[in-house]
Amino acid sequence: MATNKEKQGNEQFQLGAFLTKYSMVIALVIVFILFYFLTDGRLLYAQNMSNLLLQNGYVLVMACGMLLCILTGGNIDLSVGSVICLVGGVAAVLITNQGFNIYLTILLCLFLGLAAGVWQGYWIGYIRIPPFITTLGGMFIFRGFGRLVLDSKTVSVQDTTFLNIFTAYIQIPGLDNGERILSPLVVGILVVIFIFYRTVSSRANKEKKGYRQNSALADFGRTSLISLVLLAYCYLLSQYKGISVMLLWVVAVCLLYHFITSKTAFGRYFYAVGGNEKATQLSGIDTNKVYFIAYANMGLLAGLCGLLCLARVGSVNGATGTSFEMDAIGSCFIGGASAYGGSGTVSGVIIGALLLGVINMGMSIMGIGDSWQYVVKGGVLLLAVIFDVVSNRKSGK
Amino acid sequence: MGGAAVPPAFINRKGEKFLADVILEMKSITKEFPGVKALSDVNLVVERGEIHALIGENGAGKSTLMNVLSGTYPVGSYTGEIFYNGELCQFKTLKDSEAKGIVIIHQELALIPLLTIGENMFLGNEKKNKMGHIDWDMTYNEAEKHMRQVGLNESAQTLIKDIGTGKQQLVEIAKAFSKNVKLLILDEPTSSLNDEDAKMLLDLLIEFKKNGLTSIIITHKLNEIIYCADKATIIRDGSTIETLVKGVDEFSEDRIIKGMVGRPMDDRYPVREHKIRPEVGLEIKNWTVYHPLYHEKIVDNKISLKVHKGEVVGISGLQGAGRTELAMSIFGKSYGTNISGELYLNGEKIELKSPEQAIRHGIAYVTEDRKTNGLILEESIRFNTTLARLDKVCQNNVIDTTAEKSVAEDMTKAMGTKTPSIEQKVGNLSGGNQQKVLLGKWMFTEPNVLILDEPTRGIDVGAKYDIYCLVNQMVEEGKSVIMISSEMPELIGMCDRIYVMNEGELRGELDAKEATQEKIMSFIIRATEE
Repeated sequence: MATNKEKQGNEQFQLGAFLTKYSMVIALVIVFILFYFLTDGRLLYAQNMSNLLLQNGYVLVMACGMLLCILTGGNIDLSVGSVICLVGGVAAVLITNQGFNIYLTILLCLFLGLAAGVWQGYWIGYIRIPPFITTLGGMFIFRGFGRLVLDSKTVSVQDTTFLNIFTAYIQIPGLDNGERILSPLVVGILVVIFIFYRTVSSRANKEKKGYRQNSALADFGRTSLISLVLLAYCYLLSQYKGISVMLLWVVAVCLLYHFITSKTAFGRYFYAVGGNEKATQLSGIDTNKVYFIAYANMGLLAGLCGLLCLARVGSVNGATGTSFEMDAIGSCFIGGASAYGGSGTVSGVIIGALLLGVINMGMSIMGIGDSWQYVVKGGVLLLAVIFDVVSNRKSGK
Repeated sequence: MGGAAVPPAFINRKGEKFLADVILEMKSITKEFPGVKALSDVNLVVERGEIHALIGENGAGKSTLMNVLSGTYPVGSYTGEIFYNGELCQFKTLKDSEAKGIVIIHQELALIPLLTIGENMFLGNEKKNKMGHIDWDMTYNEAEKHMRQVGLNESAQTLIKDIGTGKQQLVEIAKAFSKNVKLLILDEPTSSLNDEDAKMLLDLLIEFKKNGLTSIIITHKLNEIIYCADKATIIRDGSTIETLVKGVDEFSEDRIIKGMVGRPMDDRYPVREHKIRPEVGLEIKNWTVYHPLYHEKIVDNKISLKVHKGEVVGISGLQGAGRTELAMSIFGKSYGTNISGELYLNGEKIELKSPEQAIRHGIAYVTEDRKTNGLILEESIRFNTTLARLDKVCQNNVIDTTAEKSVAEDMTKAMGTKTPSIEQKVGNLSGGNQQKVLLGKWMFTEPNVLILDEPTRGIDVGAKYDIYCLVNQMVEEGKSVIMISSEMPELIGMCDRIYVMNEGELRGELDAKEATQEKIMSFIIRATEE
């Protein structure tokens, strides 16, 4: 009886709840449509759409790590950009100047990123130095080391093995040849089949256990919409070079962190610490370790980003990665992460990063300069958070 | 007595219209939140110069009613009318009601610890000179004038953090006086005070009454109502049930409880068969704890106590006696430094270095402060229930959502938590239901030794009874329970043995059968005098 009653109540408020829940998705769609017209449709060119994800890939990867830091209580990591410079610099120098083994270099660089994260995580988690200070220090220290390694020069990488690992486009024999690229479509269809299968099996499972269900229309509508967007995107990819390895890296990281934050015990501890650290501690959870892992992990992902950036740009210099951390932080907050910690999701962060990406790309296509892009990005960040705060207040918080 | 069924406001308006000097009349107040009707046609009549108690279980709507009165919920967000001194009031903000002399003091004191008493008293209402600067001389002079009114002999330049909660409560009242209060509303003013300070506060209210101040007091402590109130209006499930008048109606704790829960409650403490087993569940010997910041200060000094299986042991004492600190230091050293002494669990000597180890060894500590130390208010019941032993619903560290949901459902049912669903944010529940979620969270860890710290603070009679039943169920299963409480009747009613602590030392041990409040008090006082 109680569940029935609740269901009715829910349905009454559906529209309002829907708007609040998907506000950022709606915002993304609106911005997308806006720039579509402002750029006379050029935004939707296959090359631009392919680049949208590739250019923002590093932001997505960083933002996943940043989300964990922010969850612990609105704490941010300012050193990410510098770690990217350091790791990218070390990789470039080892590969180009020293002729090091590529795989060994990659491992070493990931380890270097992790080490930077461990260094900061230790101070933040176990000695309780405020994250802002610790990572501000890290921002200077790692930038300095990066420039030392690079000897204040620009070092480029031409090694094809290295570039292939991160930036090549996948060619599946039989499906793809120089003229026609079918692999994105095949992958897209497979993924869509998988998504539909998951929806059906999850509904069946809920039915069997007698849990409350969304209406079939809502569930399948949502799934269909996602599938449609996915297929359209895959079609565009097939019009321009196909699937990049970079895309696989980014998707893998996003899926992994989505899984960690929503399904694992350890992921849940980040929310608990951000929600109420004292209560979490008294629940037998090592909160020091939670902080430590958040920042150690951020270092690791920054290391990966360093490699991704190096591969995409092809070179690294002392200014590489400057203010990249701000893009990651911005994506998290635009994507609905709380500035006080305790709430935020990977899917939200992805939407946030894409929103920033579309704005960047749209303005670039229109030929609007960097300076204005900064103004607009800042405005969007502020607006998103204002909207979040105000709508929370309205819903009786 | 027979008139209880008729709305009391009706009687007053018809029968005593010319006799009663009504200061406040709230008529047919209805307030709805999305999906919930918090107040439904509530009536309240308060006469000038009386102390009027507002009572009801948690979530009955007392605080909501007072928020309507004070303008926290502005006019238009509710229906019904408020007459104050015969005038129709339409308050839009708190400031509007304060301008009329209606001042509300909330349960959680709204004082800023690092500011002085004077600064706090005139916060947002600063005393300015002609130049527009703050006139500090006037501020402190005025502040001290009002502090004397409430019998607070401190300098107005003392920082709030340096005075105790009892005095902080007085500062709030002095602050109300500085706003020229005519109608003072106190929301659970004594919930964080010890008995002595509480009595002082109530005496103060009675004193003010003689000078014509009207007070509305919200409290769960029935003995306080009997002690100081002239009338008691009972609210249940968002509606007024009745108003009892001292000297006219039967004005006793039992009578009030009957009104609150809608049925007579003969026994406030459920009976259990006392089956204390010879085995000792938990024992500490020479347990000494030092303050975490002031390393030379001893908080608990050489304390030895034990609890058998199937036994409920109480720890009584005033606030600051070191009881919470003792419990937390046992619970994996979550309080204090330089802890020494021996800890035995089931007769085996062990050392617990962290709360995690304590939980693994079957010890659960249910904190006295559910909001800051116990629950994650922004998260759901489900999230909170499994937090302390998340591994129990995990496979390879991955949460089994289905298992988790069913655990939370079961626990909610077992605790009798009233909630629309397990996905409800804990912060949206009433105090009693929050306490049940907290208890459920610790039950889920399957403890053998359950340490309850003020388990019934600020919750209503019905919820208290439920919690007592749970305690009984625990000990019947052969578990050990340690109960820390400032409410002596509760300890006497529930425990087998009672330890008395004062100033960090164990002052005595009593069999609950022969324990009385006087005896416990005498242990405390004797110790203090020495």
